[in-house]
This record gives sequence, C-alpha cells and structure tokens, in this order.
Amino acid sequence: MQVSMKLEMKDSPGQLVAALKPISDVGGNIIAVIHQHDPDPDHDNLDVQIVLELPEGRLETLVALLKKQGVHIQRIGEERLLYKRTVIMIGHLMHTGLSDTVDQIDSTGFAEVCELSMSMPAVNERSSSRITIKAASKGDMESALVILRRVAREKSLLMIEPLEAIAE
Amino acid sequence: MKAALIGLGSVGKGVAGILAKKDLGISITGIADSKSGIMDSMGLDILKVLDTKKNHGYCGDRNISSEDIVRKGDYDVLIEVSPTNADSGEPAIGYIRTALSRKKHVVTSNKGPVALAYKELFTLAQKNGVSFRYEATVAGAIPIMHTLEQGLAGNDILAVYGVLNGTCNFILTRMAAEGLTYEQALMEAREMGYAEADPTYDVQGIDAAIKLVILANTIWGDGVSLSDVDRTGIDLLTPEALRLAEDENCTIRLIAEAIPRKRILRVSPRIIEKDHPLVVDGTLNALTLETDMAKDITLIGRGAGSIETASAIIGDLLYIKNHYVQRS
Repeated sequence: MQVSMKLEMKDSPGQLVAALKPISDVGGNIIAVIHQHDPDPDHDNLDVQIVLELPEGRLETLVALLKKQGVHIQRIGEERLLYKRTVIMIGHLMHTGLSDTVDQIDSTGFAEVCELSMSMPAVNERSSSRITIKAASKGDMESALVILRRVAREKSLLMIEPLEAIAE
Repeated sequence: MKAALIGLGSVGKGVAGILAKKDLGISITGIADSKSGIMDSMGLDILKVLDTKKNHGYCGDRNISSEDIVRKGDYDVLIEVSPTNADSGEPAIGYIRTALSRKKHVVTSNKGPVALAYKELFTLAQKNGVSFRYEATVAGAIPIMHTLEQGLAGNDILAVYGVLNGTCNFILTRMAAEGLTYEQALMEAREMGYAEADPTYDVQGIDAAIKLVILANTIWGDGVSLSDVDRTGIDLLTPEALRLAEDENCTIRLIAEAIPRKRILRVSPRIIEKDHPLVVDGTLNALTLETDMAKDITLIGRGAGSIETASAIIGDLLYIKNHYVQRS
C-alpha cells in the first residue's frame, strides 16, 4: 500500500535519517521526501512529507517505531500523488482520442489525470482543454510530461505548459 | 562627438529629433535614408534635414548613398538604424563591418547583424579598439545590456526569461481581457499600428527568438543562432484556452527563455499566474535575470516606439562618448 505522512521532528543533524530508518526496518520503500523548512528561525522543528510503499499490515508497527524515535506524526493519508501540474491543450482533442490521451498518463502507474476541463466552441473547430496531472514525485511528473509532449506532437495538439519556478 | 546616422525611419527620426533637442554634445555629420544622403563634417542642421525628409520623402542628395557616408564620412560613431533583415542581415552587416574597420564605434538597433554576425563584429570591434553596442535591439527602452554590463558586473547570469515581443503581448492581453479570438485581436493590433501587414515574424515567435539569441550570445558567448531556438508562436491560441487559464487565476504569455544549465533555449506560450511579475499588459516588455549574487532582477518597460528606442540608442552613444571619445 502507498501512504503519505506528514512528520515533525527536531531540526538537528541526523534526525531525518534516524526518522526514516524505521521505514526500511518494516520493509517499506520511500518514494518521495519533501522538506518544509520552517521560515521562522526560532522554530527549530523540521516538517517533512514522505510518500512510501509499505507491505500490508505494517503501518501500525511503523507508527509505533516512529513515535519511539521522537517523531511526531501530524497526518497520515492515502493522498499519494503530491505533485500537481496543469497544462492546456488545444487542437482536435476529441477526434484524436481524448480517452487515449488521458490513458497514456493514467496507465503509467506513477501519474494520473485528476482534472479535465474542456471547451468546444463548435463541431470541427479546435477545442481547448485544461488538464491537471498528479504524480508522486518531481521525476515522475517530468516523465509524465514527456509522455504528454510526445502525445501532443503525434496528435498535432498545441500543449501549453506552466512557467515554473526556474531557480532550483 | 560626431555621429553618422544610417536609416531615417521611426527610430532614426526619434534619435535625430532628440539629438537636435537635447544638448548632449553629439553632432550629426551624415544622415542617409534608403534613397539619399547628406554630409557636413561641421555638423548638419538636423531639424532642416528632418523637414526635407517630411516634405520630399527623402532627406538629402540622391547621389549620396548610405555606403558613401559609412565609407567616407567624418564621424566617431556610426548609428545604424536601418530596418532589420533577419535572413541576411544586409546591408547593415556590411555598413557595420566597414565602420568598425575604420576604427569607428557602432551603435545599432538592427537585430539582423547582431543575431547573425555577433562574433565577427564583436571581434572586429575589439581588434580595432572600438565599441559595438546594441542596447536597442532587445526590449526597446529597457536598459538590459547596461544592466548586464555594469549593474550586474561580476554576477554569473544563470538564466534569462521574459516577454520580448510587444505585439504578441498586446494580442494575448486583448484575448484575455475581452475574450477576442486571435484573428480579432490581431486586427486590432494592426489598427493600432502594433502589427505588420505580415505578422508572421511577430506571432510565430521569430522576433522574440532573435532577441533571445542576442541575449544568449551577449551573456554566455555561446554562439547560438536562430535555428537553435525551440519555437512555438501564439497564432494557434484560442480564447477558450485563455479562459481555462483564467479559471485558475492564470493567463497565457509568450515567454522567451534561455537556461544554459538545462540546455533550454525556447520561445513558447506559457501558463503563468496573473500576479507574476512578467505578466505585463499591452505592448510592454518584461524580463527576469537570474543571477548568483543579485538573485532575481526583473525589468519592465516599453519594448518599442520611436522615442523609447531612441532612449536606448542615446544611452549607448553617451556611454561611448564618456568612455572613449573626449572631443565633442
């Protein structure tokens, strides 16, 4: 099963590694770790969101182990796909098989189309759509976008991507 | 300082007018348009020449050509503001080459020569100990080259991206604001004088791509050319697409971007949050420089216009006057 957790721990060296160790102890596999450093310097805690793959029935053991490490679990959820990206596609979306376009993303297993808005002004005219994709990690999102770009090229659709924050 | 002016269109008239009006210590000793030329090493009466141009359609003697002035004129700096030829860069490249070989400084607003022959012209200028400046080629009045050269000196420039074509920005602004189709917004742009009869150069992102090439070569000296730019225009955009962006509090803008570490050199319409600093209205230009020390710097201003472009050229002229030429 895939689980996402929001953890809070002391922001000191070694804490994160110590907190992540129980996951491998119970046979889990970490898919993504997202740091959220607190902008308040007086607040010396570290918030981390993690996504992990866990063998069935191990969640309770993991929670117990984490608590023992002094990690505070703020939230446990099944919301596994953390990265969202919205693109706009223009062209003959219906004639070129909209469900196939969506399926090419959904069938990856690591990303899925979670929202789709369409606007079709008239029959035979190009339609426009806004497609939101969710993925488990940044790398998975980029892989999903690579697929979508290829599909757009093959189907002569204009794909408009967001201007992302470039500084990384 | 003595200047020769090649080209008397909108930009040339703007420059001549300002030099006549403001006492900047720069006299014009030669002026040529596409049909004629006039020279006087003591300095021309600029207003009189502009008057002749207005009344007759040409500015001087039909037997004097641009080339005559470039080759034989008495000047310290050549102001080359003839129309851009994006394919060959000529005849401007030839004029600039001749002037630099004569150890004359060159200031230009002409994108062709800078995009096509940057390396050759820059090297030639260096060899002859003169300056080759082209502030006006990118983003009109915005002092992007001065900012890079002086204000951000010593910084590593990590990326540059922004809105470099006012015509596209006007069209997209109108499509978003009024729900106009691309064709309607383009017609409006033509009526306002923002778009040419053949809008291809603007709407397919070629103009923005040329400016991006100039920026990339200036900053990184990597010798890129127009064919290296991954380019998508705005001519296939629909008002529905803009509305779909609007629903998410975003809009669509044509963004040119150069990010060497990601090997990106691209002009494409992009979804962008409405409160993003690069979302400017109408024909404005905007660009962000990402640097190691100063971090992000965003500049916004007029990307075109007679006097606005003249501002960039005057800035280059005064730079040369202050740094190289003492006599006035």
